[in-house]
Amino acid sequence: MNILKFIESFTNEGVIKSLGEKHSRRESFTQFGNMGKMAAFAAAPLGIAALLTPNKTRAASASSAAFFAAAAETPTQALQLALTLEYLEDEFYQIALDTNGLIPQADRDIIAQISQHEAAHVDFLRQALGNDAPEKPTFDFTGGQGNPGGPFNPFQDYQVFLVMSQAFEDTGVRAYKGQAGNLMSKPDLLQAALQIHSVEARHASQIRRLRGLKGWIPGNDEGGHPDAVNAVYAGENVTNQAGFNTATVPNIPAIAGSESFDEPLTGAQATSIASLFIVS
Amino acid sequence: MKKVEVKEVGIGTLSNRRNFLKLSGLTIAGTGLLLAGCSSDDNGGGTPDSEQLPGVRNGKFDLGGGDAGILTYAYALEQLEADFYTRVVNGNQFGAIFNSEEQAVLVDLYRHEVIHREFFKAALTGALQDPARVLPSLEFAYESVNFNNRASVLGTAKALEDTGVKAYNGAGKYIDNAEYLLIAGKIVSVEARHAAAIRDLIDPGSASFAGNDIVDANGLDKAERPSVIIPQVAALDFIQTPFTANYLP
Repeated sequence: MNILKFIESFTNEGVIKSLGEKHSRRESFTQFGNMGKMAAFAAAPLGIAALLTPNKTRAASASSAAFFAAAAETPTQALQLALTLEYLEDEFYQIALDTNGLIPQADRDIIAQISQHEAAHVDFLRQALGNDAPEKPTFDFTGGQGNPGGPFNPFQDYQVFLVMSQAFEDTGVRAYKGQAGNLMSKPDLLQAALQIHSVEARHASQIRRLRGLKGWIPGNDEGGHPDAVNAVYAGENVTNQAGFNTATVPNIPAIAGSESFDEPLTGAQATSIASLFIVS
Repeated sequence: MKKVEVKEVGIGTLSNRRNFLKLSGLTIAGTGLLLAGCSSDDNGGGTPDSEQLPGVRNGKFDLGGGDAGILTYAYALEQLEADFYTRVVNGNQFGAIFNSEEQAVLVDLYRHEVIHREFFKAALTGALQDPARVLPSLEFAYESVNFNNRASVLGTAKALEDTGVKAYNGAGKYIDNAEYLLIAGKIVSVEARHAAAIRDLIDPGSASFAGNDIVDANGLDKAERPSVIIPQVAALDFIQTPFTANYLP
């Protein structure tokens, strides 16, 4: 299955009408709001801002039509999204482990363990999907869409690598959560997806803590990431859970309310995040 | 002394009951959690729906069946976690045996678990519309835990968090209402974040945060159904209030 066709199945027709054409697709990214707002890197509250200087300023679209209502998605589509995210993570960690001098010795066991899980998830989901498994896309982790000099340099700078790892893991947690409801008709697959979901959450916690952050997400991550990855944390600050306000429990600080519940991403949201790194 | 009684449900019974429960259970309406009514003769299950609800039977509180039972089961587990961390952070050696990073983690876990407990209490109170159906506050004791010992506290925390993860993972497929499944998903990933942090405090810098003892060769975390989890938790001997779970899978 063509990866772009697959992405198209997740995204609003009006926004990504001419998805197959690279130029149009790039333009469409500006509609994904904060993910396209590369200029904001200059103000990133991280020492790595200088290294993340964008090669091109992209204004965020005022319409910011990224956040469509959740589409009705089938179990197959849910697993296809999952596999796409796992392909991305798997290749990301594999390249990192193969890059001499990138990962400090002290962290190597951690990254190797995560990499092993992502590779296993790819195999597992490919098997579960059979003929419906999309082929592995071509990724460009610089975010340059195949053009040299994209804004990210994760394999030259370990701190950038960790920022992106955190973004991918937290995206994974949110994306699997968002697909759980689409798997209810397939109890065994639902359970497997939940079992992957919690592994992604373990990864996210560990990577966040390697960066000196909390393993859980306060608000919209409270400055724990550069603005360019704001889309990963959009809506994560929710404190209304089925009518109960988690931020107003007596004697508990309000921020613990958002930390104590993770929020889902729709298929469209997760796809738009992954798309920044997919060339074809 | 055995304080928690668990009855394994026969397969035939289970399948009839599952069919019945598809039409019952809870549903979300408006901003609160409301109980949806259902007739008591679905699919010839022969069991009035009131018997599936949580409540006292034969002198003990039964967690009930269906979504109400799963949520009540989660509430019981969250009560345990919240109580445990409340005692941890109030331990008179807390500031002495844990460094500042460890204290920050444990205080956060205390806060999160109290919020989870209060959430379930409010949700079930609203959904069941009958205080007698809401699991009361359980009593706990921790004879095997030394709250003045770092390894004892962290080891217990690890067991509780890993148990929480596999309990939610295993309960998910038995939830009939998509909104409740999502709520469970929102909580389980936080439990997994906790588990990873506690494991890393115990064995820093290692692969233990998602170790091969809990993640299998397919990269899957553990998942166990309630009838497996409840005896495991009972065996810890922390829960002192007797209850039953005769209608959970």
